[in-house]
Amino acid sequence: MAEDRIAVYFCHCGSNIAGKVDVDKVVAWAAEQPNVAIAREYKYMCSDPGQDLIKEDIQQHGINRVVVAACSPTMHEPTFRKAAAAAGLNPYLLQMANVREHCSWVTVDKGEATEKAKRILNAQIHRLPFNEALDPIEVPVNPAVLVVGGGIAGIEAALKLAATGKKVYLVEKNPSIGGHMAMFDKTFPTLDCAACILTPKMSAAGKDPNIELMAYSEVVEVDGYVGNFKVKVKKKARFVNTDTCTGCAACLETCVVRKVPSEFDQGLGKRSAIYIPFPQAVPLRATIDAEKCLTLKGKKCKQPCVTSCGPGAIDFEQKDELVELEVGAIIMATGFELWDPGQDARYGYGRLDNVITSLEFERISNASGPTNGEIVCKNGEPPKSVAILHCIGSRDLNYQEHCSRVCCMYSLKFSHLIKEHLPDTEVYELYIDMRCFGKGYEEFYRRLMDEGVHMVRGRAAEVTDLAMSPEEEGRLIVKTEDTLLGIVRRIPADMVILSSGLAPAKDAKAVSQTFGFGCSGDGFFLERHPKLEPVSTITDGIFIAGCCQYPKDIPDTVAQAGAAAAGALALVDNPTVKVEPTISYIDPEKCAGCHICVGLCPHVAIRYNEELKVAEVITAACKGCGVCVAACGSNVPQQHGYLDNQIFAEIEGAMAF
Amino acid sequence: MSTNGSNGFEPRLIGFLCRWCSYNGADLAGTSRLKYPPNMVPIKTNCSGRIDATHILKALKEGADGVLIAGCHPGDCHYINGNYRTAGRFPLTQKLLEQLGLEHGRVRLEWVSAAEGDKFARVVTEFTEQIRALGPLGWSAQFVDESVAAPAAEKEAVPA
Repeated sequence: MAEDRIAVYFCHCGSNIAGKVDVDKVVAWAAEQPNVAIAREYKYMCSDPGQDLIKEDIQQHGINRVVVAACSPTMHEPTFRKAAAAAGLNPYLLQMANVREHCSWVTVDKGEATEKAKRILNAQIHRLPFNEALDPIEVPVNPAVLVVGGGIAGIEAALKLAATGKKVYLVEKNPSIGGHMAMFDKTFPTLDCAACILTPKMSAAGKDPNIELMAYSEVVEVDGYVGNFKVKVKKKARFVNTDTCTGCAACLETCVVRKVPSEFDQGLGKRSAIYIPFPQAVPLRATIDAEKCLTLKGKKCKQPCVTSCGPGAIDFEQKDELVELEVGAIIMATGFELWDPGQDARYGYGRLDNVITSLEFERISNASGPTNGEIVCKNGEPPKSVAILHCIGSRDLNYQEHCSRVCCMYSLKFSHLIKEHLPDTEVYELYIDMRCFGKGYEEFYRRLMDEGVHMVRGRAAEVTDLAMSPEEEGRLIVKTEDTLLGIVRRIPADMVILSSGLAPAKDAKAVSQTFGFGCSGDGFFLERHPKLEPVSTITDGIFIAGCCQYPKDIPDTVAQAGAAAAGALALVDNPTVKVEPTISYIDPEKCAGCHICVGLCPHVAIRYNEELKVAEVITAACKGCGVCVAACGSNVPQQHGYLDNQIFAEIEGAMAF
Repeated sequence: MSTNGSNGFEPRLIGFLCRWCSYNGADLAGTSRLKYPPNMVPIKTNCSGRIDATHILKALKEGADGVLIAGCHPGDCHYINGNYRTAGRFPLTQKLLEQLGLEHGRVRLEWVSAAEGDKFARVVTEFTEQIRALGPLGWSAQFVDESVAAPAAEKEAVPA
């Protein structure tokens, strides 16, 4: 074996590292270490001249191992490994020493940071002689893409991908795609009708030959890896044959169970047990609610739905169906949930009549909603005064710290709609800060001030029905401190709209675990990098778009959906993808055939060879966790890139002084 | 760093971090410029389930006063359930170390997600103080006879 000639490069990262670590001292020390042939420092190793240093040393000075002490390997390991490969060195003979995220940025004292940097670097210097040349494993890529969630984000991503000719599976848990946007009345700040701009896209997604729409379905299991995911989807029984149902809605009229609160109308309207959630639903097919249908509950029913259905599409025997899909990439667009204002008793939601959520108001003001677009209180009378309370469950350390980003604007939109319908009604916006950050948003705010809306700067403290004067009698009173006037106010209102924040879906955590990526502290899906990879996750091949990542408005959601589609396309448009070769292997000469590793492997990637009486790693299935290595009593399985000797050498280096 | 007595004693720690959650959590602590003591050198593995007793013994033998293993929260493992193996193995490892005379608390298992930079900083700070209170371990000085030492790194040809 040739002599180990290690080159050490210590990056200043401007002052990010050099401001805390005595670079000259560390480099002078490194030059004296065994096997180190060259030790250099440079201001920005990731720059082209920095990378050229590595290439020149490999080519001109016989360097055969490299350690770059710089930022986290998650940032620039691919950069430097590529540079090494370009100079003819196997990229796996290069290691990074993370002296920025793990050292200079987290250490107060300069002397201590310098010592820690030396130990981190020494671990890699000791490790390198044990590194093996490895080749990435090239695997084929399935060109199909799975999009999970059929709101505007999922629809947009699916349409974009379908337009490139890729096969797309669009899975939606509800009977129709459309998501929250389909429930909205108008959209800020242009006041486009939400349905008018959304339904053409819904319809296009329903008709596109490249999109296989799987509504009323949920992903139950995900296996595989980048380019080769295997996904199990449960198609829930609709008890209606979707091939023969025409969506004529005749059954809806005849159903005897007629008072089921409509989910789409936020419980304000009623639907029957067999239902189509809204007239523009895609797919336009009926669904039977198994929990409400008399027949499915085992009770007596004359089944008028069956007699009224011309094509005979009703099928009470239908069962849930498991479908297995194979895709190369996955886009998560599972959306948000409105924060439940019932959690904060001060606002009286659920206790006081006419205290409603923003989503309920969307339905009330919508012409196809439960009041046919008439803005009325529970008693059918139009309100004389409406208070809109911002930041309910947002920007509140008791509940959600984050700003939900859309509430200021949708609240202003509500004000406009109320003024349009009921010009004599007084409208109060109770806000903390008016956050109108998008294109045309500030202009919309100014327009609303001209329309005569009362802007009250103050978070609402309480909504009560305890009157303190005759004119408050029988009305709702909103108590707040008007921080501009410096007084406490009691604002009488007949309707109070709670501008609830956006919350992560209740099952966001479970969904993230099914798919194998994480959530951030606020409960939304965690992106790979908050700035530069906002639509990727830590799992290669899985992308995120829309409000499942963080609250955002429709323009941002659509933009992100396009970015996620591009990310997925950049992957599935290639015939193959390279995956890390850091997988396990078992030496058949040493294996005693005890079976321990076989049962422990999370990916069923170890099989027992009955003929040779030894365990074998299935290379294509192994993902490189190393559980088998740790479990073997005879230390037989080893993991490329994380050999015991490599880890031991790192420990020796880290503890050498 | 001085290791003479617990007065002015600076613990030397090894932290095994899984690549997907805890290593990224440590990165986030850095990106967020959180500050914590410099005593622990992190070592990256793909999964916390890769770490077995020999790695811990090796670290203690080489002079570590404490060892941290950090992995993904239960249910979050990138490898489905590798961290459950870690969790299952850990009490046995602790028992083994206890039988070798090691004080409880020198080896610690924590779940740190990629979003928990603050938790990572807190864990390292707490652990450093915990080991400082326990004092130096000094196992490295006891391993004079290399034949009974934990396995030393040896270069060996490995089949691909």
